[in-house]
Amino acid sequence: MSIEIRNVSKQFGDFRALDNVSLDVPTGELVALLGPSGCGKTSLLRIIAGMETPNSGSVYFYGEDTTHTDVRERQVGFVFQHYALFRHMTVFENVAFGLRVRPKKTRPAEAEIRRRVHELLNLVQLDWLADRYPPQLSGGQRQRIALARALAVEPKVLLLDEPFGALDANVRKDLRRWLRRLHDELHITSVFVTHDQEEALEVADRIVVMNKGKVEQIGTPAQIYDEPASPFVYQFIGNVNLFHSRVHAGFARIGAAELPVDEHAHANEAAALAYVRPHDIEIQREPDGNSAFRVRVGHIHTIGPVVRLELHREDESEIIEAELSRERHRELQVQVGDSVWVSPRSVRVFLDEARLEQAS
Amino acid sequence: MSANNRISSGITTTEAPWVRKLLITVALLWLALFLLLPLVSVFTEALRKGWETYLAAFDDPNTWAAIRLTLLAAVISVPLNLVFGVAAAWAIARFDFHGKSLLLTLIDLPFAVSPVIAGLIYVLVFGLQGWFGEWLSDHDIKVIFAVPGIVLATLFVTFPFVARELIPLMQAQGKEEEEAAIVLGASAWQMFWRVTLPNIKWGLLYGVILSNARAMGEFGAVSVVSGHIRGLTNTLPLHVEVLYNEYNHVAAFACASVLAMLALVTLALKTFVEWKVQQNIELSREQASE
Repeated sequence: MSIEIRNVSKQFGDFRALDNVSLDVPTGELVALLGPSGCGKTSLLRIIAGMETPNSGSVYFYGEDTTHTDVRERQVGFVFQHYALFRHMTVFENVAFGLRVRPKKTRPAEAEIRRRVHELLNLVQLDWLADRYPPQLSGGQRQRIALARALAVEPKVLLLDEPFGALDANVRKDLRRWLRRLHDELHITSVFVTHDQEEALEVADRIVVMNKGKVEQIGTPAQIYDEPASPFVYQFIGNVNLFHSRVHAGFARIGAAELPVDEHAHANEAAALAYVRPHDIEIQREPDGNSAFRVRVGHIHTIGPVVRLELHREDESEIIEAELSRERHRELQVQVGDSVWVSPRSVRVFLDEARLEQAS
Repeated sequence: MSANNRISSGITTTEAPWVRKLLITVALLWLALFLLLPLVSVFTEALRKGWETYLAAFDDPNTWAAIRLTLLAAVISVPLNLVFGVAAAWAIARFDFHGKSLLLTLIDLPFAVSPVIAGLIYVLVFGLQGWFGEWLSDHDIKVIFAVPGIVLATLFVTFPFVARELIPLMQAQGKEEEEAAIVLGASAWQMFWRVTLPNIKWGLLYGVILSNARAMGEFGAVSVVSGHIRGLTNTLPLHVEVLYNEYNHVAAFACASVLAMLALVTLALKTFVEWKVQQNIELSREQASE
């Protein structure tokens, strides 16, 4: 295990940024800390780096307690959200900085520094920018230089704070894949912070979902998406429809439909929250046994390969979102204003106690 | 349609041409009358009786003593303010602590308090009848009516310049670069010399220039603590006043012209530094947008 975090809490004045957080980062993995702003993910990253000290709890690197080790001795590479490149130094000097500030006896010779810096600049494919200054670079280039600079000190772990947060959407996608490839090449244990679930799902080996200073769920992207552990995770990852439901003897009632929920076989008329992903909503012209509600089609957006429908329930003011493939949409021929039936294909149910927790 | 026309002709967004011309003329006349004219008169008065008399003013050893004392006060107070200013700006821009706003107010105090009052405070504290007066005279240390008092008064009035210049700059630049240096293994000293100082150097120079100008030109505070001992505790501005009161107009204006030239050099330096800072900003903006 590269990084172990044990019962870490951090308080800023009255605000509890981290509340008894424990978490393991296996060697060589790329882990995402995912959560809304203010959930404590950046505080946790800074505590791992040693830029903040926790009020209680410990951090271990490779089994060694580093909670009170100085930042300089932790051998971490840190990539800042806004890159934090030294604006008055060339790209080359930026990358060389970590080597040049070493004490004389461990500092490499000038020729060795040159070799290492050029090697890193080649790794991030920006060797041709060595003599430029940071303000002359694009956002994506700055981000890659920041990464090269962090790698120059041969860190044991690499930490990235919202690494793609300040970039354009298309640059962000490119860099995401590039970072993933780079990680597969270097296999350095890495932790990155993000509020973008798509980014976490695409890049990370493992995702830590955080909310209000606590860890909600730790798992692979597939686990997080398919088996969310809490209503929060369900709502935070991907779009979702929420229905108020009653669960009885292993069946959840949503509108007129009854869906099997095996894990709640012993529930007795329990109030529950039922979550259905938009792509798990089937639309039919005529009702059948699975149909839940009659709805009116409000808007139809075509977004790439999917067609997104906004459906208005006739009994309530709530809106249901549904996603169809283009083929299915063509088959159905629905128009705005049409009246159709929806039937959830699969559902995830959280009993009432979860709802109370959610509301708190 | 008519609304479009009005916008494109610009009538709604700017004043009529005659209003603009009038305002500019008034402003220029004002500047000429109250800034340019006095400056010119300093030099004409000084040279009224020709170069010979002008230069003769500098034969007086008291004039040279005044120039030396002025330079001494500046040479001591400017570096001290540089160190204090950087330390104060760093503390305020980088850390949160109790009493931060109180510290900010204290830094501004010399701007708010009349220099004469500042001088009087020093007399009250260090003067013969003051709080430490007895102790100081027992140990044969003279502060008031001596050089230390003049340096102290100069320090007081020039204190805010460097800090005031650096605080907004350092706040705008943020602490990420410094944190990056630390994570990369730099010691606090290396971080300061290699990252912090290069980032604030122009702002720092600007503050030093302003602080220096004030140090050399200060009258009120220094006047109170000086005691006007000729050749010993008269700075150049005080010396000008003494000469003027003795109806020695040419010598007074000759010394004043030295101060005026100093002001012109300061202005030129200040403009150059401002231009340099602006150029840096524009350069990085241009290149960023490429």
